Amino acid sequence: MKPKVAFFEFTSCEGCQLTVLDTLQRHPELLEVIEIVQFREAMTERSDDYQIAFIEGSCTRPSDEAKIREIRTQAQIVIAVGACAHLGGINAIRNRMPLDDVREYVYGDKKDWFETYPARPLSAVIKVDAVIPGCPIDRDEFAMAVTHLLQGRMPAIPDYPLCIECKLTENVCMFLRGQTCLGPITRAGCDAICPSCGQGCEGCRGLVPSPNLGSIKDALRERGMTEEQIDARLSLFLTYQTMQMDGVTPA
Amino acid sequence: MSTLKVDVHHVTRVEGHGNIVVDVENGELTQCDLQIVETPRFFEAMLRGRAYDEASHITSRICGICAVGHATASLRATEQALGVTPSLQTTLLRKLNFHGEILDSHVLHIYMLVAPDYLGLGSVIPLAKSAPDLVLRALRMKQLAGDLCATLCGRHTHPISMTVGGFTQFPKPADLRALRERLVASRADCDATIQLLQGLEFPAFERDTEYVALHRDDEYCFIDGSIASSDGGIRPLADYREVTNETIVAHSSAKHTRHQRESYMVGALARFNINYDRLHPRAQAAAEALGLRPKTINPYLNAAAQAVEVVHCTEDAILLIDQLLDQGIRHEEPAAPTRMSGEGVGAADVPRGTLFHHYRIEDGKIVGANCIIPTGQNLANIELDMRALVPEILDRTQQEITLALEMLVRAYDPCISCSTHMLDVKFV
Repeated sequence: MKPKVAFFEFTSCEGCQLTVLDTLQRHPELLEVIEIVQFREAMTERSDDYQIAFIEGSCTRPSDEAKIREIRTQAQIVIAVGACAHLGGINAIRNRMPLDDVREYVYGDKKDWFETYPARPLSAVIKVDAVIPGCPIDRDEFAMAVTHLLQGRMPAIPDYPLCIECKLTENVCMFLRGQTCLGPITRAGCDAICPSCGQGCEGCRGLVPSPNLGSIKDALRERGMTEEQIDARLSLFLTYQTMQMDGVTPA
Repeated sequence: MSTLKVDVHHVTRVEGHGNIVVDVENGELTQCDLQIVETPRFFEAMLRGRAYDEASHITSRICGICAVGHATASLRATEQALGVTPSLQTTLLRKLNFHGEILDSHVLHIYMLVAPDYLGLGSVIPLAKSAPDLVLRALRMKQLAGDLCATLCGRHTHPISMTVGGFTQFPKPADLRALRERLVASRADCDATIQLLQGLEFPAFERDTEYVALHRDDEYCFIDGSIASSDGGIRPLADYREVTNETIVAHSSAKHTRHQRESYMVGALARFNINYDRLHPRAQAAAEALGLRPKTINPYLNAAAQAVEVVHCTEDAILLIDQLLDQGIRHEEPAAPTRMSGEGVGAADVPRGTLFHHYRIEDGKIVGANCIIPTGQNLANIELDMRALVPEILDRTQQEITLALEMLVRAYDPCISCSTHMLDVKFV
C-alpha cells in the first residue's frame, strides 16, 4: 500500500511547498509511490488519514500549537521542511527584539488584534523525526528524503560543513575573494549554491554538530566585520539556535 | 435561498490562509468577509537595524511565489535611497529574470489553481490522468520559467545573485541561446494556453472598479515607472501612500487599501486595462482571440489577462535575450552607493499586482521600512465583489454559491502569507 502523505504549513512563505510541487513536476514517478491526501496550497481534496506529515513553517502563536500537536498525534512520521520549521529561520530574527515594539511597529495601536509570540522551530513544540533543511529546501534532497522513507528509514542529511561541497564544486573560497561566508559552520547538502552564485553562505541549513563559533567569528573579524555585523550575519537564519546556545529559550 | 450561511475555512489552492464568511438572513446580506487568518509576519519590524545589503535577502522570504518580485522592489528601494544607478545590463537582466517569475506564477495559477474549477475537479492531480497533454504542457512552461530564473539568479525561490547595484554571477551566452530556443518553441504552448482559456466558461459577473498599475510610456511596465489609475491620474512612486491609504480591519492580519473609490484592483487585469497599448502585438492578438479588451470589468477574467501576459512575457524575453546577446555579457561589479543615508521607494508590478518597498537608511543601516503587498490592496475589492455577487446568485444551491465565491477569490490569485503584515471562504 502506498504511504499516505500530508503537507501542512504554519508561518512561512510557502516557498518550500512550491519547491515540493516543483520536485513532483520533475519527478512525477514520486506520485506513483506515495498518496498525497492533503496539500491545501495545491488541492481541494483532503483527508486526515495520513502516516507521514511534512510541515513547513515556524510556530509563531500559541493557538497553532494545538494544531501542530494534532498532526503529531495522527502522523507516524513528522518531517520538518525548510529553515522556518527546522530552525525558526527568518521568522526568529524578531526574537531578539522586544515583542511589543515589533507588534506596535507593524500594527500600531491595533497591535493586540493579532495573536503572536516569539517564533520557534517545530521541535520546540513537538518531537520531529527528521528535517529537510534549507531556505528553501533543495529539490533533490526532498526527492531523496521520500526515497529514504519508502525504504523504511529516516531521511539522512549531511553532518559535515558546506566547505566540503564547495571545494568539490571547485569554487574559489569566498574568503579568498575578499568576502565572508558561514560555510565552515553550516551543514552541507545544497551543493554550495550560494557561493556558486557569488554570495557567501548565510547559514540557512543550520549549524553543523559542534560548530566552532569562536573560530568563525575570528575569521569574520579578520575580514573587518564588526561585532554587530557578525551578530547580524549569525542572526539571519540562526537566531533561535544562537539564543539557545546562550541559554535563552523563548517562553 | 433567503437564509444562507457559508463558512469556508481555509480556502484551498491559494497561497496562505483565508476564510470566506457569508451570512444572509431573510434575503439580507448581513456579513460578507474575506478573513485573513494568516499569522502576522512582522517583516518591516525585522528589517530595522539590518545592513542595507541584507534587505533583499530577507524580504524575498516574504513570499515563495514572488520572491524575485520582492527582491526586485527591495533592491530598487535601496538603490533609490543610496543613489545607486544600475547599468543597462543589470536593468535588462532584471527585466528578463522578472519575466521568468511572471511566467512561472501565471502558469501555476492558470493551470493548477484555476483550471480544475472549470473542469469540475478538486486539483490538477486527477487532470494528469484525464488530460495528460494539458498537464505536461503546464509543467514544460513552468520548467522553462524556473530554468530562466535559475540561469539569471541561481534559483527562483529565493534568488541568490541579485544584489544592490547588480548581479554576483552572469549567464553564459550559450545558456541564454538555449533559453531563447526554448522560448521560441514555447510559442506553441502559449497558443495552446490561449485555446484552453477560450474553451472555459467564465462566470458572467461584472463590477466596475478602479484599476491601479505601474505605468511607463515606453514599455508594458513591470519594474519602476509611475502609478497609474483607470480613474485618471499618474503619480510618482514616492507618493504611493496617497494611493494605498492602508487601514487595519479586525478580520484580517493583512491591511486593506483604498484610493479614489471604496476599493481598487491590482494585478494582471489592472495592468491589461491600463497598459494594453504597450503589449507585444502577439499578446494583443491573444487578447483579441479571447475577446478581451480594455477595460474589462469581470474579475474572473484576471486569469485570461494572465494568459495574455504569458504571451507578452515570452515574446519580450526573446527580445531581451537578443539585446543581451547583441551587446555581450560583461562580468561587471555592482554599481556602488553614492551615499550611505537616504530614503527610497521601489516598486514592481509582480504577478499579483503592484508591490511597494519603502526604506529609510542611515549610515548603511535600515531604520524604517514599509512594504505594501498586492493582495492586501485587493482585499477590499474582493469583499465588494463578493457583496455584489452574492445577491445575484442567491437562487443557486449553497454548494454552487460557495464554489462561485471560492472561484472569485482564486481569480485574484491571492498571496496571503505575503500580505500579512491575507484567505478561507466562510458562510456562518
